[in-house]
Amino acid sequence: MSPIEAILLTIITASTPLLLAAIGELVVERSGVLNLGIEGMMLMGAVCGFVATHVTGSPWVGVIAAIFAGIATSLLFGILTQTLMTNQVATGLAITLLGLGLSGLIGSGFVGLPGIKLANISIPWLTELPYIGRLVFGQDPLVYISIVLTVGVAYVLNYTRIGLIIKAVGQNHDSAHALGYPVVTVRYACIAFGGATSGLAGAYLSLVYTPQWIENMTAGRGWIALALVVFSTWLPGRLAMGAYLFGGVWILGLYAQGMGVGIPSQLLSSLPYVATILALIIISTNRRLSVINTPASLGQGFVPDR
Amino acid sequence: MQLLLEKRAQASGVMNLFSPLLAILLTVIMGGIMFSAMGKPPLTALYIYFIDPLTSWWSVEEVLVKAGPLVLIGAGLAVCFKANVWNIGAEGQLTAGALMGAIIPVMWGDWQSPLGLLAMLVLGALGGALFGLIPAWLKTRFGVNEILTSLMLVYIAQLLLDWVVRGPWKDPHGYNFPKSVSFEGWHQLPMWGDGRMHLGLVVSLVAALILFWVMRHTLKGFEISVVGSAPRAGAFAGFSQKKMVWFCFALSGGLAGLAGLIEVAGPIGQLQPHISPNYGFTAIIVAFLGRLNPMGVIFAGLLLAISYIGGEGVQIELGISDKTTQVFQGMLLFFILMCDTLILYRFKWVSAKTTEYNKVSAS
Repeated sequence: MSPIEAILLTIITASTPLLLAAIGELVVERSGVLNLGIEGMMLMGAVCGFVATHVTGSPWVGVIAAIFAGIATSLLFGILTQTLMTNQVATGLAITLLGLGLSGLIGSGFVGLPGIKLANISIPWLTELPYIGRLVFGQDPLVYISIVLTVGVAYVLNYTRIGLIIKAVGQNHDSAHALGYPVVTVRYACIAFGGATSGLAGAYLSLVYTPQWIENMTAGRGWIALALVVFSTWLPGRLAMGAYLFGGVWILGLYAQGMGVGIPSQLLSSLPYVATILALIIISTNRRLSVINTPASLGQGFVPDR
Repeated sequence: MQLLLEKRAQASGVMNLFSPLLAILLTVIMGGIMFSAMGKPPLTALYIYFIDPLTSWWSVEEVLVKAGPLVLIGAGLAVCFKANVWNIGAEGQLTAGALMGAIIPVMWGDWQSPLGLLAMLVLGALGGALFGLIPAWLKTRFGVNEILTSLMLVYIAQLLLDWVVRGPWKDPHGYNFPKSVSFEGWHQLPMWGDGRMHLGLVVSLVAALILFWVMRHTLKGFEISVVGSAPRAGAFAGFSQKKMVWFCFALSGGLAGLAGLIEVAGPIGQLQPHISPNYGFTAIIVAFLGRLNPMGVIFAGLLLAISYIGGEGVQIELGISDKTTQVFQGMLLFFILMCDTLILYRFKWVSAKTTEYNKVSAS
């Protein structure tokens, strides 16, 4: 395997959890809901995925468990913000803090245990192709799922009735309600979808990226995913580009550390966080770009007039 | 019959006080369920968790030592959140303050004078405030969301601290441990009691009381409330939203930085890779539990301090992971937000007939 191929492979591995978490949040935000709890949902997915895999011996059971853990956590957020009308920012933080604690508690007996890695796919002939074989036909299944999800979300948002309804609810929930769309139900569904992909993103960390459970192993990826959604100006195509760019930055730091560049490793480790801030500045200075797709009702609760 | 939320004509004052108590009660009940799910005696565990820390002077001191930074940071965040400014990065500002204040003992270890301690305190607050002003500047200059930037800066500050104590500021006589030189003499806060209580606790109390007074009796306090609850009205009154962002970040960042400096100059006595058990994040819960009121923050800070000591207690006595502390804290914030719904809304049983009638009459 050539070095470039190896670097590209690791970049894809570093980018996929960001893409998975961010594509769900993109849908959530398009429906007008701001869920800051990605980090918590990812951690719940990561720990439940690892524990389920460890108990059953099957990483796929782990993946399913992670999805359900993510959905369950996101529905807590849904009940509070959609039914009880709590502040979305504060509730998202509560989800993150709760997820941090609960995942640590659930995983306390599983720290340091060896995990089972989700196997990469292998297609006879194709995977052995030089240069592109392993990149295109030899990844782990979740990489393909993340790409299918991204394309699917782009399609649904742009070309289907459901996509239009989601966008209508996010743009102006009063008008959407007046048109007869079930605003709260749509938002619940989007929140659950976001929870599912966040759980999946967590499972990616504990079943593929580093197949073990480490406390707080998301290391801020949930927050970077949130920044990615802003960076993408709520467009799935740009989101995928951004995710791979950030995965690249993440790996760049790791490689530079490995090669022993004269820069302290901690400063290299802070690269993704610095890059996130820079990306947010760049996108925010372009007013037209950042405002055009911003869901107008983002973060506002909806109380139907009864 | 259907249970619906109905908006109250005006916010319920009773509920404003009752809701945190209800939230605490729900947290305790859920905690008991959690303990029994783990196969531990729930009542014993809850007793060790919430009551035991208050039964001996030694542990009460520990509670106060933990409450100090929580109250100091929480009071600043309460003002911030009241103004609808979302500073989530207090943990980073705490770290920045500790780093900046530590310049004196690390660089000028020989300068032993009360002025040295004063300079450390000032630098600590300044470091936190300056670090807090980064998201404020990004928000007002470029319109960047302050939640994300202040949070990203937490990771950056923590990595910076980690580098400093393993690299340039490492104690040359520290047997290669990642720590700075120990702070000696006038570079330490005055201590008393069994040697754990320190001047910082007084600072926290005074700061919270001053902020309470400012919020209640001054124009600035009024401005903060107006800008937070009715930004348009605030704009008509000539209150600048941008200046408010700067003010809030400088204030809450400064207090968090001061708290960080107090930690390293007090109970810890040196710089090391970890200087805070997530005080900056727990203080968010403190601010909400304290009703975004600096006076309420004092009580909320004490309660969350108990959760730290109680978590250590159940770990020692019942062998339960100390992660229960974070679970309790997360649950508490969750239930507070839930119960706060009752301040603005009331539950109402609505029969299916009335709902149908409303639909018909509406159409």
